[in-house]
Amino acid sequence: MAPLLVGIVPFGLAFGVAAGQSPIGGGLGYATSVIIFGGAAQLAAVQLFDAGASAAVIIATALVINARHLMYSAALAPHFREFSPGWRIALPYLMTDQAFAVSITHYEIVDDPARKRRFFIGAGIGLWVTWQITTGLGTVAGASVPESWSLDFAIPLVFLALLVPTVKSRPGLTAAIVGGTVAVVGASLPYNLGLIIGALSGIAAGVVAEHVAR
Amino acid sequence: MSPWLTVIVIGTGTYLTRLSFVGVLGARSMPAWAERPLAYVAPSVLAALVLPAVLLRDGGLDLTPAGNPRFLAALAAAVIVIRYKSVSWSIVVGMAMLWLLQWLV
Repeated sequence: MAPLLVGIVPFGLAFGVAAGQSPIGGGLGYATSVIIFGGAAQLAAVQLFDAGASAAVIIATALVINARHLMYSAALAPHFREFSPGWRIALPYLMTDQAFAVSITHYEIVDDPARKRRFFIGAGIGLWVTWQITTGLGTVAGASVPESWSLDFAIPLVFLALLVPTVKSRPGLTAAIVGGTVAVVGASLPYNLGLIIGALSGIAAGVVAEHVAR
Repeated sequence: MSPWLTVIVIGTGTYLTRLSFVGVLGARSMPAWAERPLAYVAPSVLAALVLPAVLLRDGGLDLTPAGNPRFLAALAAAVIVIRYKSVSWSIVVGMAMLWLLQWLV
């Protein structure tokens, strides 16, 4: 668990700095940490706000990025079945890539519902608090750093670091190449539609590549 | 739509995807046709975010160190994350490379 918490520190700081320097303002930038609580979608939203994208494009892009939570929710549902309705409504707010990964691994060795619930709460709150502190600190720092430092470059660097482990399989690599290329070609499209069209093309290409490989 | 409202809509939509199976759909499993596309969300979205940011400068393709130092800096960061699997160091090296190139050219 500790390495996971340390691992999100650079993401949190990088997001905070980007949000602090963004024209949308540090207040709203930081508020996304509470309201959205999903790093990649928060980073993409700030980048699109900066580029002047329309609300519809920003919402569609962020929700495509966060659609992976459907998968996590489906995988966690059998383990959460015995929790009270209150817990089943409250706990999903804490669902993140990291909280999902550690919990689903832990649930292979634990059967007791109470212990399962405690573990998810512990992991989720640990990650939530770490995210709030690092994005908050980053926002304050970002607002006071001159633009010539090019700290906005930390955003693509974070995405790049997240991208590398996802392209280990051939369909994953195909999805990335198609998604990235379409986004580059479509970069001049109005409303920043290039990003969402690129993303959807990449997803389609990945599914086709997986089908061909079978 | 105001930026605040946009963020609230994203937050609500995100929460509903998290809630979906745990809260409403119960323990029924995810249909395979839905699961397969989701596996490719991460690589395609991330590449669609990264590539335009590091390959394009003022709307055009530019890979020269003088015109677009971000491309070389991103390459350096990619090497670090592939070779050493360290996210923190890849960000540090990428930023340092960008500053060095901006100072040199």
